[in-house]
Amino acid sequence: MNQAGFPLLSLITWLPLLGGAVILSLRGDEDVIAANARWAALWTSLIVFALSLLLWSEFDSSEAGFQFVENVPWLPEFGVGYRMGVDGISVLFVLLSTLLTPICILASWEAVRKNVREYMLVFLVLETMMVGTFCALDFVVFYMFFEGVLIPMYLIIGIWGGPRRVYSAFKFFLYTLAGSVLMLLALLAMWHSAGTADISVLLHTQFPTNMQYWLFLAFLASFAVKVPMWPVHTWLPDAHVEAPTAGSVILAGVLLKMGAYGFLRFSVPMLPQASAYFAPLIYALSVVAVIYTSLVALAQTDMKKLIAYSSVAHMAVVTIGIFTFNIQGIDGALFQMLSHGIVSGALFLCVGVIYDRMHTREIARYGGLAERMPAYAVTFMLFTLASIGLPGTAGFVGEVLVLFGSFKVNFWLSLLGGSGMILGACYMLYLYRRVIFGRLTRADLQSILDLSPREIALFAPLVLLTLWMGVYPSSFTHFFENSVSAMVVQHRAAIEGTSRAAARASFPLASRMVVPVAQNVVH
Amino acid sequence: MNWFLALPEIVLALSGLGILLLGVIKRDDATQICSMLTIAAFVLCGVLIAGSALGTAYEGQFFADPISVFAKLLILAAGALSILLSFDFNERGHIARFEFPVLVLFAILGMTMMVSAGNMMSLYLGLELQSLSIYVLAAFARDDLRSSEAGLKYFVLGALASGLLLYGISLVYGFSGSMDFGGIAHALVDPAAVSPGVIVGIVFIITGLAFKVAAVPFHMWTPDVYEGAPTPVTAFFATAPKVAAMVLFARVMMGPFGHAHGQWQALIEIISIASMVLGALAAIGQTNIKRLMAYSSIGHMGYVLIGIACGNAAGLRSVLIYLVVYVFMNLGTFAVILAMRRRGEAVETIADLAGLGRNDPALALAMTVFMFSMAGIPPLSGFFGKLYVFLAAVQSGLWGLAVIGVLTSVVGAFYYLRIIKVMYFDEPGLAFDRRAPSLSVVAAATGVFTTFFFLLPAPVLNAAEAAAKVLFG
Repeated sequence: MNQAGFPLLSLITWLPLLGGAVILSLRGDEDVIAANARWAALWTSLIVFALSLLLWSEFDSSEAGFQFVENVPWLPEFGVGYRMGVDGISVLFVLLSTLLTPICILASWEAVRKNVREYMLVFLVLETMMVGTFCALDFVVFYMFFEGVLIPMYLIIGIWGGPRRVYSAFKFFLYTLAGSVLMLLALLAMWHSAGTADISVLLHTQFPTNMQYWLFLAFLASFAVKVPMWPVHTWLPDAHVEAPTAGSVILAGVLLKMGAYGFLRFSVPMLPQASAYFAPLIYALSVVAVIYTSLVALAQTDMKKLIAYSSVAHMAVVTIGIFTFNIQGIDGALFQMLSHGIVSGALFLCVGVIYDRMHTREIARYGGLAERMPAYAVTFMLFTLASIGLPGTAGFVGEVLVLFGSFKVNFWLSLLGGSGMILGACYMLYLYRRVIFGRLTRADLQSILDLSPREIALFAPLVLLTLWMGVYPSSFTHFFENSVSAMVVQHRAAIEGTSRAAARASFPLASRMVVPVAQNVVH
Repeated sequence: MNWFLALPEIVLALSGLGILLLGVIKRDDATQICSMLTIAAFVLCGVLIAGSALGTAYEGQFFADPISVFAKLLILAAGALSILLSFDFNERGHIARFEFPVLVLFAILGMTMMVSAGNMMSLYLGLELQSLSIYVLAAFARDDLRSSEAGLKYFVLGALASGLLLYGISLVYGFSGSMDFGGIAHALVDPAAVSPGVIVGIVFIITGLAFKVAAVPFHMWTPDVYEGAPTPVTAFFATAPKVAAMVLFARVMMGPFGHAHGQWQALIEIISIASMVLGALAAIGQTNIKRLMAYSSIGHMGYVLIGIACGNAAGLRSVLIYLVVYVFMNLGTFAVILAMRRRGEAVETIADLAGLGRNDPALALAMTVFMFSMAGIPPLSGFFGKLYVFLAAVQSGLWGLAVIGVLTSVVGAFYYLRIIKVMYFDEPGLAFDRRAPSLSVVAAATGVFTTFFFLLPAPVLNAAEAAAKVLFG
């Protein structure tokens, strides 16, 4: 058994479903059901969050391997088991998921009036799938959770979304599915080749280099859509715009991280040679994404769309960081993922606050909100600055670490990747000026109300975390430092192994490409 | 001679005759009692099969092995559930006659013979017994023009397929000198020495069997027959005969023709790819849900054919697993389709499902489960069907099939999602009539199976594994 003494991860994963069962069993007239469903969902998610805090406190950050491991035979003759466990890389994402879920439920308290019971049920199912994705230590189990996320998210966008919800829901589902099924094939190939689907074994399995290239491309198809990387990012703005506020928060906060997590969990450690070989491709796509989507964000007239494009740019910084293969880069990428999860989630909540009041996300419809909503203006400002990467906020640490990491690889990569911070400042401050400053001229804005106590409760933990992560980042980085350095060491060893082998020929194309990159990486 | 091995079939045949007799003798309406007795006969037969010994009987013409046991239990379950589904529909459609369950019973008897066949002759007899019963069933609503058309169409095309099959059998017999599966296998041990005549015969046999499983390009009858036949009959068509024909297909290809794998593999691959692609693309434009299910089943048969194309133990295993999953999610879907009734009239366009999520959340939830499962989304059972098929393809190095398979499953997901969209996202239409309890039972049972298959897949997997060992010991 693990150090918690009981299957903690399974409890965190499956407890939301229990809450869902409770919600399903509610009886009464519609208002009663709605009210009870809200409370049941909130309590379930709070209890889950409390349990995950136990994970936070019990987690031994000096240990690089997997902890809280559970292993139940499931299909033993196929080498598949129900294996759960977290290491430094995944543990904080579990916490991020369990933190954002109660916030989302609270954010939907009044905004969702239609089919409340189903809404809460679907959200709890979504929580199970998200947590499960980060905890799974078996490929098949991972894939089930990873793909299972599509079902609740499709319904959230499609049922409770905006006017073009059907189009967006389909686009989201089919894009993601198309990528994932290719990953499924890669998964099957690895399963077949290694004889087990145990991730902790696969992490130390050496796959033939030729095979790695194909596996990497298949993984890329899946994770690039999920991250999303340019040019397969187009589903994201649509999905964000049409999703209800809470759906956007989860989408930006957790779902995008699944792609980057996939790179870190599978592509980089399991396919080191292919990762090094394809790293220039990733750099190129990421740099394009940083610059292009930032410029696109600048031109948006819809607040959610703007933040959605900014997410693409921020996640591109994450992919750059991951593929620098050095400690700073990967640490930075992880930190950036966490801070982006909180900050962009909070930004979508900020949009949600005024959307609930005015029912429009058109930037031009606002202006001068500082006059009527001082508390809101301060909150929005904090998250705007955090998104830009102001020192002292969460956004700064991750970006700077990634820049350090990428500087070791290539000066131009660092320069172009870093341009995202400047462009980010442009579009975010421009957005802020148009919404908050200026004169309050529109008649319907005259009576707009400032944050309600519920909304303050919503933002308080996020504000606190943003500052905490900015001021004292090592209370978060120490979780993953050991796991990351172990991964980097393993990656270098693998690359050095091949570059020696490659020098002895046999993979003419591979040796030509891998060696220079590998040298860049190592030094 | 070990005739005892065929005891379940003998019992089934005798009870079929008994039920027929009862139906004729009984003056008043005997449908109810005959249906019940048929289901009871299926259960009895199932128990006998599960408990009977394994072996070969009638000079190698009849196999009782794990493959046939697996397939027969599945076929009987599909038959019993189909009869359960027919109660309410036949009653309301004024086609409730006692012949219905009897015909289903004889069709099932034919199917059990098919999956037990160890000789081209017993294969053909089983197939014909099944087909003849099924032609009549297709035209069972004899006052309905569409149903009669479906029956006739099915009969003409089915007879053609049987002819092709028979021609193929005669060629194989002529050139290999044997009707017996073992004898044919022995004659083909050295693929290089196989005469072209046998290969032509194999092609004809593949053609005939592809007709029966409705694989492209021999699928043309399917949409019309599915649409025209009474819905419970369609539900039956989509399940039990598919299982029987597919298992037979797998056994024939991997058993007697197993050594010639290299010769027929490309053919099966082409059929499989064509079925998957057509099943995915042609279904998109459909507005009638029964036609949609026809194309969906064509697509599913394409996936099953991947397993046959592999031609090894992993392939056979995946075929069997896929069929189990397929049968239950299909029957569940048809239970929902049968519940689509407004003011006593059956409705069958997809648009009629609009707002089901509001009007009947339980039924909509069941349908959602089936649709996501058909699309192959985990953790539902449909995912596992696809998982094992693709695993077999990857293990056998059939990358082309695997890649096309997963991509068509994405296209297929589109039309399954469309049904969910209509149920939940569109504005509600009129509510359906109260659904019959029998439909609720079937939908609930298959829904539970589809949803929770992932918790306990071991029994099905182990049985399929054991069955696969028969041909690849």
